[in-house]
Amino acid sequence: MTAIYKREMRSYFTSPVGYIFVAVFLAVSAFIFMDCTVQAGDKSNVAAYFMYILYIFIIIIPLITMKLLSEERKMRTEQLILTSPVSLFGMVFAKFLAAFTLFGGTFVISSIIYYIPLALYGTPNAASYICSVLSVLLSGAAFIAIGVFISSLTENQFIAALGTIAAIILLINISLLNNYINVEFLRVIFSSISFAARTEKFASGILDYASLVYFSSMTSLFLFLTVRAFEKRRWS
Amino acid sequence: MIKIEHLTKKYGERYAIDDVSFEVADGEIVGFLGPNGAGKSTTMNIITGYLSSTSGKAMVDGLDILEHPMAVKKKIGYLPEMPPLYLEMTVGEYLNFIYDLKKCSLNRREHIAEICRVTKIEEEYHRVIKNLSKGFRQRVGIAGALVGSPEVIIFDEPTNGLDPKQIIDIRNLIKELGKNHTVILSTHILSEVKAICDRIIIINDGKIVADEKTENIEQALRGNRKLSVCISGPASSVLSSIKKINGVTYAACSVSYGDGSSLFVIESQNNVDIRKPLFYMLAQNGWPILSMQYLGANIEDIFISVVDESEKEEGGKRK
Repeated sequence: MTAIYKREMRSYFTSPVGYIFVAVFLAVSAFIFMDCTVQAGDKSNVAAYFMYILYIFIIIIPLITMKLLSEERKMRTEQLILTSPVSLFGMVFAKFLAAFTLFGGTFVISSIIYYIPLALYGTPNAASYICSVLSVLLSGAAFIAIGVFISSLTENQFIAALGTIAAIILLINISLLNNYINVEFLRVIFSSISFAARTEKFASGILDYASLVYFSSMTSLFLFLTVRAFEKRRWS
Repeated sequence: MIKIEHLTKKYGERYAIDDVSFEVADGEIVGFLGPNGAGKSTTMNIITGYLSSTSGKAMVDGLDILEHPMAVKKKIGYLPEMPPLYLEMTVGEYLNFIYDLKKCSLNRREHIAEICRVTKIEEEYHRVIKNLSKGFRQRVGIAGALVGSPEVIIFDEPTNGLDPKQIIDIRNLIKELGKNHTVILSTHILSEVKAICDRIIIINDGKIVADEKTENIEQALRGNRKLSVCISGPASSVLSSIKKINGVTYAACSVSYGDGSSLFVIESQNNVDIRKPLFYMLAQNGWPILSMQYLGANIEDIFISVVDESEKEEGGKRK
């Protein structure tokens, strides 16, 4: 498992993908952060930053997950891994962990750096800041798991990327449908699925356990489905 | 070492392999022969644990691949039809990656250096795989299968894409490997199995149609042995003497030449070699042998006839 993890990490930085990811993430997140806080003056709103940052995921998460498994399938290198003494879950988890390390590392470090000007020139609420970072981190993990799953379904990186983009857009925004729906139970379902609706709660400094469990369950569910997808292909 | 029992794999309604059983002994080199699409790769993919069978068992060293996948996979080195190479890695990185992947415990440096030496890719060690020619990529794939010095080595068309010189190198390498490892290799090149393998398994349409020692396969499949001998001597007395030899089922003089020699066609029972008694008998009588050869002894003919026969049988059953 560590072998696969190390290989993935190295391949992010021997190809442009890792650099593009870090560069785009830092540039866009820094711009949003600046716009939400420094430029906003009195109306400084850190919660809005953590809200908007979810939307960057639509583009950058597929960038790091699209080739994780589809490329292995296309190049037949999965034959090497699947005939080596590595469990299916070990392989899937190593891939997930590599993408999560790249994403989480970039995000956490940038969040620490962004906190410095806030602390110097204002009075940020550390509890709500940390809660928001945690919430975004776990949302990212869920999106990466979804990306890994979709990547396992196809040989084509671009189809994997498009599928992941669609899935992330849907999961972030599904609560918007509530504006057009008058059925109570559907509204409840959509609000609880929606990542945006859940992230809002964290911004007020509440460590919402239900949401933590939701994000973690989504991650586990899609990693499990990825393993099942491989199992199914092996048996059919 | 390897035991396959009633292995069947269905893709939808189509049988890729159908009730295949065979065993491979320790240290044996077995050639898997068959036309394209016969089920060679499917069988190999099942033994290595890449695919699962619909029914039947595949065991390596007494362990079932489904029950002990980790233990079995550790014992196997596999080169699939398309070498599983990460093109962006260098040869060295790739071999080290496989070393980690297989959780080897041999001395890393020495072991990898040794593999590069036997597969002759030492000079390519620091090159990126993407930039290598097909022959070198194939050799890197072979090197990958050797990492960890597994007890069983499975090659799916190992000489595919190599030039004649490289083919000879690889064949010698496989023979060398056969001394310490159990090797299964698939190919559709007949002379290849004949040159390397101890045993040949011919598979067609998902079924085993022949499983014989290499030296026996020709006669075993041909039924009666047919010998064509040119003998200098009086045709009629030679013929009657030949017929008296034990094991001869049929003899006839096909051509008489002007110089007193004649060409005889002699059929003998399966698994009886009449060449020696024939020689002594003729020598005693002072009738020199001018030439002697088996008819239809060429392995290509046998292969085609075996495959044809099994197809005819299939056709008959369907009717």
